[in-house]
Amino acid sequence: MARMKFICDAERCIECNGCVTACKNENEVPWGVNRRRVVTLNDGVPGEKSISVACMHCSDAPCMAVCPVNCFYRTEEGVVLHDKDVCIGCGYCSYACPFGAPQFPSNGTFGLRGKMDKCTFCAGGPEKHGSQAEFEKYGRNRLAEGKLPACAEMCSTKALLAGDGDMVADILRTRVIQRGKGAEVWGWGTAYGNAKNGAKS
Amino acid sequence: MKTRMMVLSAAAAALLLAACGEKSQGLRGASGVAAPAYNGTGVASFTSPGWKAGDAQSWSQELRARGQYGQNEYTRITHK
Repeated sequence: MARMKFICDAERCIECNGCVTACKNENEVPWGVNRRRVVTLNDGVPGEKSISVACMHCSDAPCMAVCPVNCFYRTEEGVVLHDKDVCIGCGYCSYACPFGAPQFPSNGTFGLRGKMDKCTFCAGGPEKHGSQAEFEKYGRNRLAEGKLPACAEMCSTKALLAGDGDMVADILRTRVIQRGKGAEVWGWGTAYGNAKNGAKS
Repeated sequence: MKTRMMVLSAAAAALLLAACGEKSQGLRGASGVAAPAYNGTGVASFTSPGWKAGDAQSWSQELRARGQYGQNEYTRITHK
C-alpha cells in the first residue's frame, strides 16, 4: 500500500505561489486560511531558497499526540486527517506542529476561533467520499478520484512532489544525480524520521 | 374522560419536554472512520480513468503512473 508523502525541492521552487493558489481554488479554502504557503529563506540575498510548506502528514505526527479529543486519524495511505465534528478548536495541534500546518478560521464579529483546518493531501475527510458534506468541510477528495494533490500537480517547475514515498524519493534521487547537488530535502527528517530516529516507511 | 385527559396531558408534556433533551457529550475519537481512497467517490465525471474503484492495486498503479508521468521529466529525456 502506498504511503503518501510530500517533498519540496528547494533547488526548483521559484516562489510563484501556484501551489497556494491551486489549493485555495481546489478546496475552496475560506478567507484567512492558507493550507499551503511558500516560505522564502534569506529573502533578497543572492542564493535565496523558497519552499512550499503545508501539513507533511508526519509518520509520527505530533498533532495526533497532543490532541485532547483524539480527532486525528491516519488513513491506510498514510495521510493524517482530522474529524471536524470532534475537533474543539483548542489549538494544541498548532503549537505542536513543526510546520505551522493547522489553521484556524475566524468566525463571527468577534473573530472567535473556529475548528482547525489543514491540508488533507486532497484526501477529504471522514464523510462519504465525494459527498457535498465532505467537500464543504474538507475540500476535494482527489485521492479517491485517482489523482494526486492539486498543489503538486499544478507546480510549474515540479518543485513540489507528491505521491507514494518510494516514487517521490526516486524522482528526487534522479534529479540530485543529474544536477550533482541539492540532496537536502527540507522537512524530510522532521516529518518522516530518519534511520537513526526509527523511521517508518 | 379523566383517563383521556391524563393521556392527553402526558402526551402534551412529552411533546413540550422533547426540546429539553441533551446531546451526548461523551468523548468519541475519529479513528478508523474513513473509507480507503481506492473505493473511489462514485462520481465518474471527476474520476481519473485507468483504474477500477475498489481495486487497491490498480488505484496504486494509477497514482504511481500519474506521479511519474507528471512529475518526473527525466523519463521523457534521452540521455547521451
